[in-house]
Amino acid sequence: MLLKKHHIVEKNVFVLILGIFLTIIIGGIVEIVPLFTMEQTIEKVEGVRPYSPLEQAGRNIYIREGCYNCHSQQIRPFRDEVERYGHYSLAAESMYDHPFQWGSKRTGPDLARVGGKYSNAWHVAHMIDPRAVVPESIMPGYPFLAERKLDFDDARAHLETLKMVGVPYTDEMIEAAKADLYLQASEDAAYDDDFLARYPNAATGDFDGNPAELTEMDALVAYLQVLGRMVDFTTYNPQMNLR
Amino acid sequence: MSQGSMAQAASPSVAVDYNMDVVRWAALATVFWGVVGFLVGDVIAWQLAFPVLNFDTEFLNFGRLRPLHTSAVIFAFGGNALLATSFYVVQRTCRAPLYGGKALPAFVFWGYQLFIVMAAIGYVTGVTQGREYAEPEWFVDIWITIVWVCYLAVFVGTLLKRTEPHIYVANWFYLAFIVTIAMLHLGNNLAIPVSFMGTKSYSMFSGVQDALTQWWYGHNAVGFFLTAGFLGMMYYFIPKRAERPVYSYRLSIIHFWALIFLYIWAGPHHLHYTALPDWAQTLGMTFSVMLWMPSWGGMINGLMTLSGAWDKLRTDPVLRFMVAAVGFYGMSTFEGPVMSIKAVNGLSHYTDWTIGHVHSGALGWVAFVSFGAIYFLIPVLWNRERLYSMRLVAHHFWLGTIGIVLYITSMWVSGIMQGLMWRAYDELGFLQYSFIETVEAMHPYYIIRATGGLLFLLGSLLMVWNIYKTIKGDLRNEAPIGTPATVAAE
Repeated sequence: MLLKKHHIVEKNVFVLILGIFLTIIIGGIVEIVPLFTMEQTIEKVEGVRPYSPLEQAGRNIYIREGCYNCHSQQIRPFRDEVERYGHYSLAAESMYDHPFQWGSKRTGPDLARVGGKYSNAWHVAHMIDPRAVVPESIMPGYPFLAERKLDFDDARAHLETLKMVGVPYTDEMIEAAKADLYLQASEDAAYDDDFLARYPNAATGDFDGNPAELTEMDALVAYLQVLGRMVDFTTYNPQMNLR
Repeated sequence: MSQGSMAQAASPSVAVDYNMDVVRWAALATVFWGVVGFLVGDVIAWQLAFPVLNFDTEFLNFGRLRPLHTSAVIFAFGGNALLATSFYVVQRTCRAPLYGGKALPAFVFWGYQLFIVMAAIGYVTGVTQGREYAEPEWFVDIWITIVWVCYLAVFVGTLLKRTEPHIYVANWFYLAFIVTIAMLHLGNNLAIPVSFMGTKSYSMFSGVQDALTQWWYGHNAVGFFLTAGFLGMMYYFIPKRAERPVYSYRLSIIHFWALIFLYIWAGPHHLHYTALPDWAQTLGMTFSVMLWMPSWGGMINGLMTLSGAWDKLRTDPVLRFMVAAVGFYGMSTFEGPVMSIKAVNGLSHYTDWTIGHVHSGALGWVAFVSFGAIYFLIPVLWNRERLYSMRLVAHHFWLGTIGIVLYITSMWVSGIMQGLMWRAYDELGFLQYSFIETVEAMHPYYIIRATGGLLFLLGSLLMVWNIYKTIKGDLRNEAPIGTPATVAAE
């Protein structure tokens, strides 16, 4: 019986290490590798695009402040969630998220489709003092975001790094990265066809009520406003992905 | 085998020059970081009850302190407990001093403390990868990789130097923990830094692949850091303290291989009903349910070791810590498989139920078995006759236990209540509660939870005092536990 042979393992460190390694490697290989190779892991869907430099800067602030500790970005296919938050989340919608921010806890509500749900002014007031707009809220206040100048002038390096890990930024996007960062928060962006072609559905204009300066608040609100807005669910047909 | 004949030659009376310095440091670091981790945990628990405690500042808000809490408890408290006990156990059971002389183990210890400090500074200043329990950025990840390789070298080197023919079962678990954490760490932290002078990096993976890689890591941080390593502790310290052999040798073999094989598969249960493909979710659920068996196999092996020694629980609060820990282990490894079932998870996921579950494991199992091991080790390491006070240990035990019970019961209630409120419909078919109403309903439970955490913290402060007095060499004049108080007064 196998148990009788176990003394071999117990007397030889390297046999033990090899045994451990072979035992622990199997599960990961079987579960993770197919996710990279199977085509149907990510649905074919129109509209998902890389984040604009300002949105990406906002996303980095979202990560820096640990928003993921209390907010999920993943709507499950349940009646109550779909009614509360919108269409259930698709894998494609986070295909350019490095890292993913699906979250694991809803101390606050899901944010996967928070884009367009509230005005910029609401977000700013809410960040500065959550209880000013939602009296029962237990969210921390983030007034410092509105006072701090955005530090993302190396946007180009960020986009280049993201391109390295698989986000399809074009040369044109990378070339214009820093200019786009400032452009998106100005009134001109709404009339700039090139910008809108690069980043369709991006929210534009001043976000934080202070057009004189590009702040971290501008970036964070720009990010929140694009969440869930890339895919047009009036035309999305899940049947197309059956095969 | 040659090692067998060596063991014949080595008589028990031969004194081995054990390296106990590093064990002493790590034992003290365990206590220090434990208090830090519990303190930060209780602070953020009060923040959820009273958000004004966030003070609107970036350095003290919940989002930054929560990773500080989780890492302080898992990696600083738990990590040092594992360093201390693994270095102690591997020397005693191999009857050989640590490999690498004085320098290499010392480097592992101090390098690990540097990792903790770098990670902690990162959390508070917002330098984070945003991956739960893997928040440290790329340069900290590289540093801990170096330290970890040295840790593996010390551990395996010591096993190779052993004068006992067999590698004792506790060491299998420690070894599996060290090897697997290395693999998980490397797999989950693949990232490209934006610049070599900056702190920011971007994960190599995105979206669904990133999510499964993260939870493959995250669940096995639980499975190997907080379970396998601490089972090593159980397999050494419980038999030692109870003065009884491990209940079943065969069960330990089956327990070991089944546990490490099954655990790795369980990660997808963190992603039920998400955009992760269904087959992966089902696979994760199936293996999580199966995991119940080896987990309880281990629990039985630990508890049944007390056969014939159960009376010691009445008089020895140190053993009581260890045995209660195994009890909590059994409870949370039953709760875990239940919560991994998709229908249950649909309710429990995203709620406080998960938080309660984690804490029945972290406080009940990980912390309690560590307290037991530390209370065992301190008099041994400092050559003291006994602990300063066994009665203080008993008080610590009860403060901790009541704290845990308050914590997990309040989180069961708040979690299940919130889950049910989210999916409640009124008679007209509309959602009955707005999200913020469910937040408001949590308030009393958040206060109960924070109170439970406070009791747990107070208990750990008793431990600090007890250990301080023990090391100082004081013995409290007290009647042994189990004798009536009237007799003690004589």
